[in-house]
Amino acid sequence: MTAPEQLLQLVLAGLTQGAIYALIALGFVTIYNVTGIINFAQGEFAMLGAMFIVSLVPLGLPLPVAFLLAVAAVVLVGGAIERLAIHPARHASVVTLIIITIGVDIVLRGLALLVWGTDPFPLAPFSTGAPFSVRGAVISRQALWILGTTAAILALLYVFFEFTYLGKAVRACAINRLSARLSGIRPDRMSLLAFCLSAGLGAVGGIVMAPLTLVSYDMGLYLGLRGFVAAIMGGLVSAPGAVTGALLLGILESLSAGIFRAAYKEAIAFLALFLILLVRPQGLFTRAVGTRAGL
Amino acid sequence: MNTPKIVCAVGLLGALLWGPPAAWSQEYRIGFIAAITGPASSLGVPERDVAVMIQKELDAKSGIAGRDGKKRPVKIIIHDDQSKPDETVKAVKKLIADDKVHVVIASSQSPTSLAVVPIVTEAKAPLISMASSHAIVTPVRDRHWVFKTPQSNIHVAVHQINYLKAKKIKKVASLYVNDAFGEDSRRGLAELAKGAGIEIVYEDKFEHADKDMTPQLTKVRGSGAEVLIVHAIPPAASIITKNVRDLRLTIPLIHNHGVGTKPFIDLAGGAAEGVIFPIGKMLVAEGLPDADPQKKVLLDFIAWYEKGTGKPRSTFAGHAWDALQMLFPILASLPADLTLEAARGRIRDELEKTRNFVGTGGIFNMSAEDHVGLDERSMVLVRIEEGKWKYFPREKW
Repeated sequence: MTAPEQLLQLVLAGLTQGAIYALIALGFVTIYNVTGIINFAQGEFAMLGAMFIVSLVPLGLPLPVAFLLAVAAVVLVGGAIERLAIHPARHASVVTLIIITIGVDIVLRGLALLVWGTDPFPLAPFSTGAPFSVRGAVISRQALWILGTTAAILALLYVFFEFTYLGKAVRACAINRLSARLSGIRPDRMSLLAFCLSAGLGAVGGIVMAPLTLVSYDMGLYLGLRGFVAAIMGGLVSAPGAVTGALLLGILESLSAGIFRAAYKEAIAFLALFLILLVRPQGLFTRAVGTRAGL
Repeated sequence: MNTPKIVCAVGLLGALLWGPPAAWSQEYRIGFIAAITGPASSLGVPERDVAVMIQKELDAKSGIAGRDGKKRPVKIIIHDDQSKPDETVKAVKKLIADDKVHVVIASSQSPTSLAVVPIVTEAKAPLISMASSHAIVTPVRDRHWVFKTPQSNIHVAVHQINYLKAKKIKKVASLYVNDAFGEDSRRGLAELAKGAGIEIVYEDKFEHADKDMTPQLTKVRGSGAEVLIVHAIPPAASIITKNVRDLRLTIPLIHNHGVGTKPFIDLAGGAAEGVIFPIGKMLVAEGLPDADPQKKVLLDFIAWYEKGTGKPRSTFAGHAWDALQMLFPILASLPADLTLEAARGRIRDELEKTRNFVGTGGIFNMSAEDHVGLDERSMVLVRIEEGKWKYFPREKW
C-alpha cells in the first residue's frame, strides 16, 4: 500500500465514523435549537436503537421491519422522556433541564444494563459480500450503508425543514419562540417533536454502526461525547455545521491514529473541544451572534 | 466509693478490647473480585458464576472439614470491580479490613490485579490473581503475597514464535490493547522475537473502547508484515478481527489467549474464521491425546460448568476454579487456634508449596521463585474453524 493509498484509507475510515457522529450531532443541534437544552442523553438513543434491533432480529423479523420498529421504539422513548422529564420542568432554568438530561442518560444506561446485561451483541452486516476497492483503498459494504443512510437522512431533514409546514414550525420556534407562539405554533409541541426527531436520528446512527462496532450498554457515552464535540464544532445551532464538524472529527481521529500513534486518538475529541471553546466558541462556521439561529 | 467499680468496669472493657486476638475459627472467608460489569465482563461473569456455584455446593455440604474434623462454613464474598482498577482497590481494602477475609482472589484483568498488589503486600494478605500478565507475580521478591492461576503471556509468546519459526516468517506486525495485559503480551513477543531473528516491522496500540482499528491496520498493510499478531480481549479483539477482513488484509491473523471465549467468535461473526491463538487446553479438551494428565480434570470441569450455568465452557471460569480448588485443601489444613494474621501467613506459605496440582490451566508447581508454577506445556495452539475451536497440533501447521 503506497502512502496516498494509506491516506485515502484513513480518510474513508474517518468519514464512516464521522457519518455516525453526524447523526448524533444533528440530534444535539435539533434539541438545542428548539428548546435551548443540550441533551446529554443523546448518545443513549443510539445505544437504544442498536439494542432494540439486536433484540428484534433474532425474533425472525426481516431487517427493514426490525429497523423501522427499532427506530419507532426509540422515537417513543424520546417522546416519553420529553413528556415525563423535560415538560414538567419546562419553567425551570435551562441549566436545570440540562442536568435532568444527564440524569436521563444515567437512567437509560442503567436500565440497558439491567435489561441486556454487560455482554456486547453482534449484528450481521446489512448486506454480505466482499468489501469494495477504491483506488487501492478498501471500503466495506457496511461503511457504504452508513454513508448512504446518513446522506439519505440529511436529504430527508432538508426536505422536512424547508418544505413542510411542521418543519417550518420547528424552525420558527428555533428562530423566535415568542413570535412563533403569536403565530399559533405551540412551542411545547415543538419541543416534543424535537426530542422524537433527535431520538430517531440517534437510533438510526446506532443501528447502522452496530454491524461494525458491536452493541453494548455503554456505547452511548462514547458516541454522545463525539456527537457533542461535533455539534460544538459546528456552533451548536447549525445543522450543516454539525455535519461538517462530525466528518472533520472522524477524519481527524482516523488520521491522528494512522499517522501518529494510535494512543493520541482518544485525546483528539477532547483536544478539539478544548481548542474550539478557546478559539472559536461560536463554532467553526458560524459568525458570532447573540441568539440561536435557524436550523 | 464507686471507684473500685469503675476500675472494674474499665478493666473489663479493656480486657474485651485488648484481649487476645480472636482466632479465625468460625468460618473460612474468601474475598472474590471479578470484572462482572464493564469491558472485561466476558471474563468476569464466568468467573463469578464459578464462585457462586462452588459457594452453593459448599453450603449444601455445610462447608469443609478442618484439621479437627469439625466442619466450618466457607463464605466467598463476591465484589464487582466494573473492570476498573480503582474499584478493585476499594473492594480489596474493604475485604481485608472489614470482612477480614483469609485470602483474596482478584481480579479478572491484569491492570486491576496489578493495582492491588501493593495493598495486599502492605496488609500481608495472600492474593491469587486470575489475570495473565507476568508482571503480577514478578519480580517474585516484591510479590511475596501474590500468586496467579492463568498461564503467563510469556508462555503464549513461546507458542507464537514456534509457529512463526516453523512457517519461516520473518516480519511481524504487532497490535496490542493499551493496558497492562496488552503491553505485557507485546513485550513478551518482542523479547522472544529478537532472540529468534524475527523482526517486528510495525507495532501500535488501540483502546478497549475503540470502535474502529482501520487506521492502525492500514499501517500494518503498508508495513510489509507477513503476519499480524494481536494482543487483546473481546469486544475490541472481535472488532479488530472484523476490521482485518473488511480491509481485505490477507496475511495470517494470530491472537493471544485473550480471545479464548465464545463471545469472541460470536461477536466477530464469520471474521473469526482461521484465527490462530495459543491458549490453555480447555477449549480443545476433547481433542487432546488421552495421555494428557489434564484431560480428565478438564472434561469433568467442562461438564460441571456447562450443566451448572447453561453456558459454554470458558477458560476464565477455569482460572477461578483453579484458584478456589487450590485453596480448599490449604484452608482445611489450618490449625484452628491461629490468629487471622497468622492464618493469612500460613495460607501464603502453603500456596507457595503447591506441587502437582492438576488444574484446568495446567499442572501447578509453585516455588519461592515461581508464583505461577506453569510452563509452556500448559498451552496448545488452537485454530477457529467453522465457528469452533480446533486443536491445532504441529502436524497440521
